[in-house]
Amino acid sequence: MFELFGISSQALFGQLLIGLINGSFYALLSLGLAVIFGMLNIINFAHGAQYMLGAFAAYFLLQYAGLGYWWAILLAPIVVGITGIIIERLFLQWLYKLDHLYGLLLTFGLALIFEGTFRNFFGSSGLPYSVPPALQGGQNLGFMFLPNYRGWVVVFSLAVCLTTWFVIERTKLGSYLRAATENPALVRAFGINVPRMITLTYGFGVALAALAGVMAAPIYNVSPQMGANLIIVVFAVVVIGGMGSIMGAIVTGFGLGLIEGLTKVFFPEASNTVIFIIMAIVLLIRPAGLFGRSA
Amino acid sequence: MQRVAKAGGDQALRRHSEAIAFLVMASLLVLAPMFAYPVFLMKALCFALFACAFNLLIGYVGLLSFGHALFFGWASYISAHAAKVWGLPPELAILSGAAAAAGLGAIVGALAIRRQGIYFAMITLALAQMMYFFAVQAPFTHGEDGIQAVPRGKLFGLIDLADQTNMYVTVLVIFLGCFLLIYRIINSPFGEVLKAIRENEPRAISLGYRSERYKLVAFVLSATFAGVAGATKALVFQLASLTDVDWPMSGEVILMTLVGGLGTLFGPVAGAFFVVTLENYLTTIGQWVFVVQGVIFVVCVLLFRRGIIGELAQVLRVKL
Repeated sequence: MFELFGISSQALFGQLLIGLINGSFYALLSLGLAVIFGMLNIINFAHGAQYMLGAFAAYFLLQYAGLGYWWAILLAPIVVGITGIIIERLFLQWLYKLDHLYGLLLTFGLALIFEGTFRNFFGSSGLPYSVPPALQGGQNLGFMFLPNYRGWVVVFSLAVCLTTWFVIERTKLGSYLRAATENPALVRAFGINVPRMITLTYGFGVALAALAGVMAAPIYNVSPQMGANLIIVVFAVVVIGGMGSIMGAIVTGFGLGLIEGLTKVFFPEASNTVIFIIMAIVLLIRPAGLFGRSA
Repeated sequence: MQRVAKAGGDQALRRHSEAIAFLVMASLLVLAPMFAYPVFLMKALCFALFACAFNLLIGYVGLLSFGHALFFGWASYISAHAAKVWGLPPELAILSGAAAAAGLGAIVGALAIRRQGIYFAMITLALAQMMYFFAVQAPFTHGEDGIQAVPRGKLFGLIDLADQTNMYVTVLVIFLGCFLLIYRIINSPFGEVLKAIRENEPRAISLGYRSERYKLVAFVLSATFAGVAGATKALVFQLASLTDVDWPMSGEVILMTLVGGLGTLFGPVAGAFFVVTLENYLTTIGQWVFVVQGVIFVVCVLLFRRGIIGELAQVLRVKL
């Protein structure tokens, strides 16, 4: 361990690692928002609540079914994704022809319902969720101590983000998706079931949020309002990156996480607000966002 | 010729319907303290003004601000601080709150109108959250405690607002004055341009209107009225707290306007009274309040997009 700018390397790189972890959640969530917005034309305000549902699903699986982390990381996104599909069929499908704002308001209402219900049963304090045995402990890298679990979160989220990018940008399924985003009527005329694709897209975006929630559970505990403040930051991330590009969402998410980590080291008072300040600056210089096409 | 005459008749009817509704509302509010608790009425009136201010933006310019708690809450902090620490009389305390809201509205508005549609909502929400964190950290807001025991003072040095009736009349005059002012703005040539921008912005631009400027002015006006509402509420409750700057408050004002009817003149007032009354009855059920609010959001968006006053106007075939 050594010192850098008068700060121990452990503190600096430790905060950078937390920044990367937050960044992976920003990336996963803004990716999901962008994919959903592309297909449904709806900003999913319930995204933060669905991240929270993912964490609770992991907690329930452990408490009531005895299924541990590895089952949770597989099952929680599927379960929460299915609730997403039900929501799309029950509510969202009626809104596609209306103004954007109704989708936002409806999903905001859903977020209030989910968060209010869970707060009623579980209070405001967090419930503990332990790190899986295989990932306990850590590595001494010389300049910092790296807890295995945190390393896993960064690597795994990056892998999920890049896989999503690959599927959407480089496969046939992805090309259908992109085509349906551009011109759903035409894609439908080619015999592709666009409404089902829209439903599955929403389910997939929601599953990504739930996956982030499962990964967050051992780090931040499981609590009903874990998603409420996060979603606002993710909105700022989306404004900064622009929703036009998948890779843009990933890069912006990780990048802003790192910047937030650095701010915690050098100017802790601003760590809550730095992303919003960056958003204001980006709006001044590049109103369309870093990766956005001009609206 | 006949069509013109008919349109003229409709016009007259429309004007009358709004005037009649205003008189009914004003007389109900004058009589209301005989039947209801004045503090409850004052709370509802502050929220009604807040919702009218919000509606000015969403109903007549088509901009959804998800950060209006910023103006409401910060104005209440400034007015509470002005009355308590600077010792200003209530009229100046409210004015300083409104001025602060106008200044913040100019900054936030200038940033937010750089993006269209759904981004506008996300930007206002994010900036409001930023100002929430400032409110948490700034020493003069006293963090979790808020600014407590704010003196109501004497209006113009004469009328003692510690008296509940005096306070109620003051709040009522502020509310009705701002309501008429908002009505005037909506029905001015400026308001017509705002509606044109709402309906078809590229077309308004092609007709030579600088839509950005109109949007900015509308935003500042809306923020200022929200500020008057927040500043007045601080004096009524003698308290400014974090609740009023936090995002659920932004959600609440949207709910009130949606329930009452987006883009209707009286909708926000009806919606505010509905929501405040509801919350009054639901205080005992704790966190379920959020669930109830969420359900109302979902129901309104799916089945009831015109809102209470919008549906009423539809049934009566008048404009309200």
